[in-house]
Amino acid sequence: MKHMDEYRRGPLAQNIATQIAQEAASGRQYQFMEFCGGHTHAIARYGIEDLLPANVQLVHGPGCPVCVLPAGRIDDAIKLAMRAEITLCTYADLMRVPASGGATLLRASAAGADIRMVYSTADALQIAESEPDREIVFLAIGFETTTPPTALAIRAAYRKGLGNFSVFCNHVLTPPAMRAILSPPQLPDGAHIRVDGFIGPAHVSTITGTRPYLGLAAEFRKPVVVAGFEPLDVVHAILMLVRQVNEGRHDVANQYTRFVTATGNRIAQREMAEVFELRPSFEWRGLGEVPQSALRIRRGYAAFDAERRFAITTIPAPDNPACECATILRGLKKPVECKLFGTVCAPETPMGSCMVSPEGACAAHWTFGRFRDRAAMRKPAPARLSA
Amino acid sequence: MNQQRLRTRRLDTRTGLVDLSHGAGGRASAQLIREIFVSAFDNQALSRADDQAAFDVPAGRMVMSTDGYVVSPLFFPGGDIGSLAVHGTINDVAMAGAHPLHLAAGFIIEEGFAIADLQRIANSMASAAREAGIGIVTGDTKVVERGHGDGVYITTTGIGMVPQGLDLSANRASPGDHVVLSGSVGDHGVAIMSRRANLGFETELLSDSAALHGLVADMVHAAGPALRVMRDPTRGGLASALNEIAQTAGVGFLIEEQTIPVRPEVAAVCELLGLDPLYVANEGKLIAIVAREWSAMLVSAMRAHPLGRDAAVIGEVIADEQCFVQMATSFGGGRIVDWLSGEQLPRIC
Repeated sequence: MKHMDEYRRGPLAQNIATQIAQEAASGRQYQFMEFCGGHTHAIARYGIEDLLPANVQLVHGPGCPVCVLPAGRIDDAIKLAMRAEITLCTYADLMRVPASGGATLLRASAAGADIRMVYSTADALQIAESEPDREIVFLAIGFETTTPPTALAIRAAYRKGLGNFSVFCNHVLTPPAMRAILSPPQLPDGAHIRVDGFIGPAHVSTITGTRPYLGLAAEFRKPVVVAGFEPLDVVHAILMLVRQVNEGRHDVANQYTRFVTATGNRIAQREMAEVFELRPSFEWRGLGEVPQSALRIRRGYAAFDAERRFAITTIPAPDNPACECATILRGLKKPVECKLFGTVCAPETPMGSCMVSPEGACAAHWTFGRFRDRAAMRKPAPARLSA
Repeated sequence: MNQQRLRTRRLDTRTGLVDLSHGAGGRASAQLIREIFVSAFDNQALSRADDQAAFDVPAGRMVMSTDGYVVSPLFFPGGDIGSLAVHGTINDVAMAGAHPLHLAAGFIIEEGFAIADLQRIANSMASAAREAGIGIVTGDTKVVERGHGDGVYITTTGIGMVPQGLDLSANRASPGDHVVLSGSVGDHGVAIMSRRANLGFETELLSDSAALHGLVADMVHAAGPALRVMRDPTRGGLASALNEIAQTAGVGFLIEEQTIPVRPEVAAVCELLGLDPLYVANEGKLIAIVAREWSAMLVSAMRAHPLGRDAAVIGEVIADEQCFVQMATSFGGGRIVDWLSGEQLPRIC
């Protein structure tokens, strides 16, 4: 716990915030995107935006694997779970993600589907071993961080000759999504992408290293600062980004040196490469089709691929046309500027990707920060208790 | 009665199982009730074996509360479903500032449940009630087919007397009032989770399950009519209790994160599982909303009681039409502490 508290010290944050305010006092606007939901959550939970000057703004990116999973894939998962012989193992936060027609895994479970919430791939593997008469399907989602454990589980199932375990693979990759944000297919008239730099992924980068962002930073001339998920990491990274922008640099810098290296975790990368290969294209909720942005299971492990085993063909399900996720995820609009935000789209009844998990841009703003929408109009309440 | 007892072999409390005959209303039912419940709860009203309990009550204002207990697992560090069912309903009664008088208990038992476990639960209820100084004076037992329950479910109902001049209700919270919390949050929820099969962590942490009416009596003595609202932040934790009060009273809250005690073990587990301790259940804590000029007096009275040692003012009631619970974070920012959306945890109370 000591190790955590060290990265949450208020007085130190105030010092860095003062430095940010000084160095950003150039009169220009700074708009940085934190790619990961983990950062979005830290920003909202610790109220980091209150520490920043008005001209330094944060855009919440698409780095929440629950949010970006398209409705069509949840439809597939529900179809699998409704089959009598199948037990679907999933992370709890997928239970409420809306599929088409308002269906969710939670409702499928109420309707009799055997859906079990697990904390790791290993739990699913264990269920497969202890219940040999059931078909155990693990609903795998996540970026490069959660991919190696899925690879290990598949390799373990292969070694043990487990005939009743398979993975419905929805693993996605970070750099192609960052690229997609910077090069959108079509923008509304007069709009342009206002992202001056990225707070780069924390846990993802422990696996990939900082190298995969080099090409992107050079090509789009945007700085990337890989940062940890603790609140002090985030404010530190913002200071580093402000400095790069001021100096006209666009380097890939590493704030998270206590865990991240340039080359990453080679063993994990090998395991991933052994089991997975690139898909030509994959749909991201909010971003649409993004080329070479996701993984599928290699032919050599086809027996553990739920898509092959149960012949899944995904039928794309369109998002609500009024949903502004695509523009919010690119920093073109704020959540409050979406017509659906807080009206029909709220955490209990999410319509778009940004509202489905607490780490999504809209959900984080709704849950932790919506009092600021009104503070913009009125004087904010005093932030300290006078007792 | 004695002759009948001689003819019946006693319940096998070592290896016996509850079967459907124990709920059929015949001799087996009577025996289960007599040998497990009447013998453990041991009070005059129950021993009369009538369909109801009869007792005299003093004149004044009465409160009544009922609660169902479905916790899983049934036995957890620091308590079990039995002690929880006693403490929980006593606390609901006590949150009116009331002195609890009597409890009623209903059991729904699943066919195949071990009689030894039932005995253990009944004994635990009996000792929790004895320590609290009240009796379980009437009850009911049903047995359902295997697969139609999860071991045992318990419903308890309690009644209590409110001291004169006291009127506690959520709608009495008004801007300027102070919010007082009796101690650390999240202990119960984390203790329960530590016993879940798929979570694989161990902790020395015990549930905080406790009867709070003694603490409440001291609080009433110290602050009396200056007390506006009391709540025990059980399911949904401190965050949900504050939001409920805010909504009912049409006010907002401003609380300060660094004043809220969280045990290091609880903080660590919440960190690992991605939970916020403000939303984790408690079974032996309360929040009180009190006229601000009385809060210092109230806190010192609470700290003198073993269940209120860590009591502190954690914030204040503010005027807010949107009823937000706002929090100044230890990190120096601000945020909303919103209603819990959805339920990601299995049954904890």
